[in-house]
Amino acid sequence: MSDWTFLEYDADLDIEIERYELAGVGGRVSDVEPRTACTDARHPTSDTLTRRDLLKVFGAGLVVLCLVDSSDAQESGGGRRQRFGGGQAPREIGAWIHVGEDGGITAFSGKAEVGQNARTSLTMVVAEELRVPITAVRMVMADTDLTPYDMGTFGSMTTPRMVPVLREAAAAARETLIDLAAAGLKCDRGSLDVEGGRIARRGSGDALTYGQVAKGRKLAQVIQPVVPTTPPAQWQIEGHPAHKVNAREMVTGRHKYTSDMKRPGMLYARVLRPEAVGATLVSADATAAEKLPGVKVIRTAQITGVVGPTQHAAGEAIASIKAEWKTEPSVSSSNLFEHLKKTAPNGGPMPDELTAALAHADVKLRAEYAVAYIAHAPLEPRAAVAEWNGDRLTVWTGTQRPFGVKEELASAFGMPLDRVRVFTPDTGSGYGGKHTGECAIEAARLAKEAGKPVKLVWTREEEFRFAYFRPAGVIEVESGVSKDGTLVAWDYHNYNSGGSAIQTPYDVAAKRTQFHNSRSPLRQGSYRGLAATANNFAREVHLDELAHAVMMDPLAFRLKNLKEPRLRAVLEAAAEKFGWGKAQPAPGHAFGLACGTEKGSVVATCAEIAMEPQANSGTLKPPKFHVVRAVTAFECGAIINPEHLQNQVEGAVIMGLGGALFEAIEFENGALTNPRFSKYRVPRFGDVPKLQTILLDRKDIPSAGAGETPIIAIAPAISNAVFAATGERLRSLPMMPGRA
Amino acid sequence: MKLTLLVNGETRAVEADPQASLLQVLRDELDLTGCKYGCGEGQCGACTVLIGGRATRSCITPVGTAAGKQITTIEGLEKDGKLHPLQEAFIEADAMQCAYCTPGMILSALSLLHRTPSPTDAEIRQAMQGNLCRCGTYPRITKAIHAAAAQMRRPAK
Repeated sequence: MSDWTFLEYDADLDIEIERYELAGVGGRVSDVEPRTACTDARHPTSDTLTRRDLLKVFGAGLVVLCLVDSSDAQESGGGRRQRFGGGQAPREIGAWIHVGEDGGITAFSGKAEVGQNARTSLTMVVAEELRVPITAVRMVMADTDLTPYDMGTFGSMTTPRMVPVLREAAAAARETLIDLAAAGLKCDRGSLDVEGGRIARRGSGDALTYGQVAKGRKLAQVIQPVVPTTPPAQWQIEGHPAHKVNAREMVTGRHKYTSDMKRPGMLYARVLRPEAVGATLVSADATAAEKLPGVKVIRTAQITGVVGPTQHAAGEAIASIKAEWKTEPSVSSSNLFEHLKKTAPNGGPMPDELTAALAHADVKLRAEYAVAYIAHAPLEPRAAVAEWNGDRLTVWTGTQRPFGVKEELASAFGMPLDRVRVFTPDTGSGYGGKHTGECAIEAARLAKEAGKPVKLVWTREEEFRFAYFRPAGVIEVESGVSKDGTLVAWDYHNYNSGGSAIQTPYDVAAKRTQFHNSRSPLRQGSYRGLAATANNFAREVHLDELAHAVMMDPLAFRLKNLKEPRLRAVLEAAAEKFGWGKAQPAPGHAFGLACGTEKGSVVATCAEIAMEPQANSGTLKPPKFHVVRAVTAFECGAIINPEHLQNQVEGAVIMGLGGALFEAIEFENGALTNPRFSKYRVPRFGDVPKLQTILLDRKDIPSAGAGETPIIAIAPAISNAVFAATGERLRSLPMMPGRA
Repeated sequence: MKLTLLVNGETRAVEADPQASLLQVLRDELDLTGCKYGCGEGQCGACTVLIGGRATRSCITPVGTAAGKQITTIEGLEKDGKLHPLQEAFIEADAMQCAYCTPGMILSALSLLHRTPSPTDAEIRQAMQGNLCRCGTYPRITKAIHAAAAQMRRPAK
């Protein structure tokens, strides 16, 4: 990390959720303290939960709790949570599993299901170790009263962090049940076989079901994560396809997302909002709204909104309010990149070694790349249902951080944490865009004033305007290469967009890598892959430019400068499947490729594009083309569910097409001009090229997450293909802006 | 205003502003929450229901105009515990991730298959172009539609 420096700059509109994700991931720790305050929070469920409490909550049987290092569980900036286990290294409980007197198995995790199918993979892991069918395991997720504290579902961490914890807990439960069964059957545990929820003595008819073993017990067992677990080569359930565990609820429409929920006496809410970021309310004339039947207008120091008996009434009411807003002059998309560079600090002079390496390079190259702000646009917008019962607050909300939102709520109302409960039902996606609890806080404020439960669902326009974006960014690269294609110098600067995947995986002796924090005019935060979408785009296009400068094939050039075997493997696998170097593209078609690594996994994408004829109007226009084919090779260690992994990879590639080709937030003076699907184009059926996906299964490598990394290679692969077709370098995303 | 809606073969009486969207009335008054709010401007298809067997964006359909017409929601597809071939095909093909788009996708697909029992890939793309899947499961949805179409073409037992 020594050649990676952060340069600080005060940028109050940043959410900086990314900083949380940097702590402890893969052993790399950010050397930057987070700017948003971590509340000095204590979580009663982790702190003070005694064994007796657990059994009171879950009933008799066996409960196994698995400890994790608190550096895994805590938020960055230092953990202040109370611990289990006195004098040793601080630990927290990561997950627990209950086996009941009826033999029912329930596993509890603070992770949230947002479409990444974590519910299914976590269920598979527990079923595997307890040797039961998937249908025998119930997963309770994201309930701040029932599940252990979890810092949030992001950073591709569920698979590398939560899976092992549940696996250990389930294995420990199995072993304890065997021990208890051996005592009950008065035999040696070595003579027992476990299958289908039964523990049977080999060669005799004696057997006990899990329920029979658990009956009358009140046992809680706290384990360290060192229990031996089933090796991947012996997996019966993991490593094989499995359908989404609650698929039937989804296809029948029975599953209740937050936005579907109804509570007795519930009212529907809307909040009064401006168009521009940072605008302040000067006046609001709500006389018309106050006249609508059943509608109440709510005005406090923190919020102005309405509640009504129907969604329609609330909508009519909010639209009828005549509001005056005071706006501040701000930036527009047309001067965004200039602004981002101007408001960032300099990195200081180039180190002498790098200056010398550049000076001596046979070929030097310098280029600038840019990416727009883009929106997550989850299909279910932010939603929350808030209900007060005396001094207790319960909120259902679609978020990736139920415990984080609980803290935000407690803080907003000056309440002790143990008076707040947050549920996250399986949610209509997030993609890194649902880390913050604005909607939950708004709903809770309105519910408090209304004295009734309140449901608040953000409109699509509100979701575009008032959520947060993937940061826009400018990237400058200056590089040097030898005639024979060896990278010799690399000076890389990212302005605003972030540090994810900022380090080059290629071998370069002399390099400098810097992230410059700009003043972002729009609210920004995590996105799928974070800045890896920008950094990998810039790097992989630049690599291609260097390859071209020394007249080398882009694949050969990369392999020449890359030792890392896992990345080489996906690059070669994708190229092989694609036919790179074997077939010539058809007339008007061209090929491009790119690879990348982030969060413990590796990806490579080869793309084929076809140029489209353009009317020659004499003005310079971006080239018109469409993507015909994309082959992606991906590897993330031992695969838990190959079908769902393929879904994640292809879904990420398709989502990446949007950021690559047409997605961009347009704004004037801090106010969005395209906050609708009719104006902000996202990938549809017609945009999907022929996709082929190769999943490399490395049972010898611990499973890593797959939610993000697959998105990072499609955009540069396409840009490189366009260059091959036209000789024109597209260095700015999106590549076909404004194309309807 | 009192309105009569024919939903999934049943007559349902509701009290609603005729200008309220069919989406809101189905979801909030009749608790048929399968159809979803995604954009409110008919651009994402999450609100899709069938009216007279044809895919309709209920978020931009005033409930008053739907009175007296045959409305089918996702809840109407399962019969006596048996899933519709499209529902089964979506499960088999793992054609969903967050599944928020799924009811709308299934109904748009059903509307297509009513008119075109053996659609080509191009016909599927065109018919489904108005339905967004932000999780990007389009290829599997296409596969599910082909599978369901084949199943539906089989003679009934």
